[in-house]
This record gives sequence, structure tokens and C-alpha cells, in this order.
Amino acid sequence: MTEGIAIAPDARPRLPRGVRLTNNEAQGGWVLLAPERIFKADAIAVEILKRCTGEATFEAIVDDLTAAFKAPRERIHADVTKLLAGLAEKRLLEL
Amino acid sequence: MASRDQSLHSPLGLLAELTHRCPLGCPYCSNPLALEGRDGELDTATWARVFTEAAALGVLQVHLSGGEPGTRRDLVEIASSAREAGLYTNLITSGVGITTRTMRDLWEAGLDHVQVSIQDSDAVSSDHIAGYKGAFQRKHALAAEAVRLGLMLTINLVVHRANIGRIGAMVDLALALKASRIEIAHVQYYGWALKNRDALMPAREQVERAAVEVEELRRRHQGRIVIDAVVPDYHARFPKPCVGGWGRRSLNVTPSGKVLPCHAAETIPGLEFWNVRDHSLQDIWALSPAFGAFRGTDYLPEPCLSCERREIDFGGCRCQAFALTGDARATDPVCHKSPDHGLVARLAEIHADEPYHYRR
Repeated sequence: MTEGIAIAPDARPRLPRGVRLTNNEAQGGWVLLAPERIFKADAIAVEILKRCTGEATFEAIVDDLTAAFKAPRERIHADVTKLLAGLAEKRLLEL
Repeated sequence: MASRDQSLHSPLGLLAELTHRCPLGCPYCSNPLALEGRDGELDTATWARVFTEAAALGVLQVHLSGGEPGTRRDLVEIASSAREAGLYTNLITSGVGITTRTMRDLWEAGLDHVQVSIQDSDAVSSDHIAGYKGAFQRKHALAAEAVRLGLMLTINLVVHRANIGRIGAMVDLALALKASRIEIAHVQYYGWALKNRDALMPAREQVERAAVEVEELRRRHQGRIVIDAVVPDYHARFPKPCVGGWGRRSLNVTPSGKVLPCHAAETIPGLEFWNVRDHSLQDIWALSPAFGAFRGTDYLPEPCLSCERREIDFGGCRCQAFALTGDARATDPVCHKSPDHGLVARLAEIHADEPYHYRR
């Protein structure tokens, strides 16, 4: 459903109040807490979501992750877009 | 401390029934027929301890509920202690009994999310169903204040025969209130609601039309609002997975501190519930007889035991199995494979346009 959705390079993604990333040992790692929902967050999702503070732009987040993971920028761009667009559609991320 | 079963899951959610007191008289109230009184309610400090123990046990989310949680004068302190324990704190309210001032205090205390129920799309019908004049307007005001403060809002639409034709209008109302999420909650027949089953039961055609309408609404409002809905029990082919499996994902603490595997568990006779006044939540989760009673799937009869959905719906709801068949270990008769499914089908056809028995 989120295929083909583009995020503006200057958007500043932010987790709204009511959506929280937290590390919980008893539940086996990082989870994203949302209204009546709990999502397990893998290592890549955690790195992306930690950067969604409303300060960094989408473009800056992609650049930062490209440098951190030494991966092709296109692939990082696609991964970040997929995760963030999916969350925005569920109203769990502000763009 | 006694030994623990290593295969135990950690619970994810805790429903904190802070009180059974409520100003509304909703005919579909699922709380038990015998309500717990104010005198027996846990105090602020005990709730704080429960939340700390819950977090240690792995619980991530707490739902402050009731009754109407707003009837507790220490609601803000209670919410604050849940947040301090690190729990994602959700308030489930009728919207009546919480002032906008209290809402602001809750926001300051760190509340994460608010869920407000509505009874219908217009004030007259809504107040009639709730049995409380002026409820609609107060729900509106509280929901608006929550959004103004920047809290995410879920609107819970309680659906039954009288309002099932107005789901579209109720969704419009939730959109106007700037909710981010809607829960379409078909009435479930537990506790007081059983008294009103014939008056609340929708016709099959209504349920089928509503399912089509909800799909259309989802498409139309995609990206603006999330709509969660399930098929109502008596019209479903498969049962709901009772609380995600008995003693597997969640626990429920009553106003007086009894810990139940699910909201309606006390309707099943012979279960022994432990109280947070006498035991730690850890011990209750791992060792109390009520939690052990239907944990896992080994006790299930056929057709559940060899069913490919056994680990999906866990044979359905134990309370419903007991309420309808008299045997809490039976296959939930909502399942079309249950030998008792004919009973559910017959009950779903019984409708009586009679006045509601309000909860007073």
C-alpha cells in the first residue's frame, strides 16, 4: 500500500506524543509503543526511528544512515521511505 | 518463591479497573452483575506498587479503565505512577466525570493516549443509550481538549442494533474530533449486557451491511484515520482469540485488587483468584490457580485440538464457552466447527424491541 509513496526531502519526521520507542529486556528488545499497538523494532528500524525527532530532515536522516551503514544510498532511501510512509499512513508518524 | 514454568510468556498489557463506579447507565456494560464498592477499592500507593511490579514482569502498556476512572479523585496521581513505572499509559474513559482541568493535569503527568467512547452520532440518541442527559456534549468537550493538548485520541464506537446503521456518521464525528484512530466495538454479551442481549442484537443483514460499509470507510479515509473493527461474536464464523490466549498476553486487576486473566473471568465458577494485597504480581502471573486453569491449549477438546487455528484463537473465549454451554473447557460455540454453534446462530436471530435495562 505504501509502494511509490514519496517523502519530501525537507520533511522532518517526528514520532508524535503517544508513540514511543523503548528497549525492554523482558520482551526481548526494542519495541515501538503506540495506541493499542506494540511493534517489534529490528536494529535498522531502531536506527531510523531514533533519528525521527522532528529536527533532522528526511534527507539528512538518509545521508546519516548511508554513512553509518556504508550502504548504497538508494537502498537506505527505499528502506527509510517504506518504514516511515507505513507509519505515517497509520497516523503513528508526523511528516 | 516457588519454581516457575520457563515457557511462561511475559504479559504485555494490564487492564487496571480503578473503580466500578460510573455515572452512565449503558445497557451493554460488560462489568459483572455484582459491582465492587468504593470501600474495597485499592488505594493510590497500592496501584503504584502494582504498576512497578507489572513493569518488572514485562508489561509495556497499562489501560486505566473502570467503571469510569474519572470518578477516582486520585486519577492523576495514579496515572503519574504508571508513567513513572515506565508504562505506556492509556486512559479509557466515557468522557463524563473528567474535567478539562483534570485532562490538563493528566497530560502533564505524562499520559500517552486517551480513548473516549461514543454511543451514537447525535446527542439525543447518544444520551438515550448512555442513560445520561448531557453525556454527548461532555464527551465532545473532553475529546476536543485532549486533542488540543496534543494527545492522540481513539474514539471507541460501541455498536449494536440501534446505531449500527450510523457507523458512517459516527466515523465523521470522530474525524471532526480529530481522532487518529477509531475502534468499532460491537457489543459483547458479558455481565450486565446479557440482560439486554435481545434488545441489542443486530440483525444479520445489518451486520453484513456494516462490514461492507466499514471497508468503504477504510478506503475513503486511508491515511487520515485508522479504523479497527472485528466481526461481532454471534455473527462470526471463527471465535475471537480470548485476550490473546488465557494467561499469555494480559492481566486484569479489579478495583479491589483481584487479578483476573480476563475482564469476565469471574463469571466462570470455581476459579481461585489471587489478590495484589496478598501476593506479588509476579507470583500471581506464574502461580495463581486462575491463571493456570486454561493456560496453553492442552485442555481443549476436539475440534480444537487438531484444528489448524489452535494457536491463533486458542479455542476462543472461555467465558463465552461457559456462558453458552455451561462448560468453560468447551470450544467457544461462536466457532462454526463447534457442536453447539447452532445455539449461537439461534440467539443471533432473537431480537426484541424492548426498553433497555439500564445499569443503575
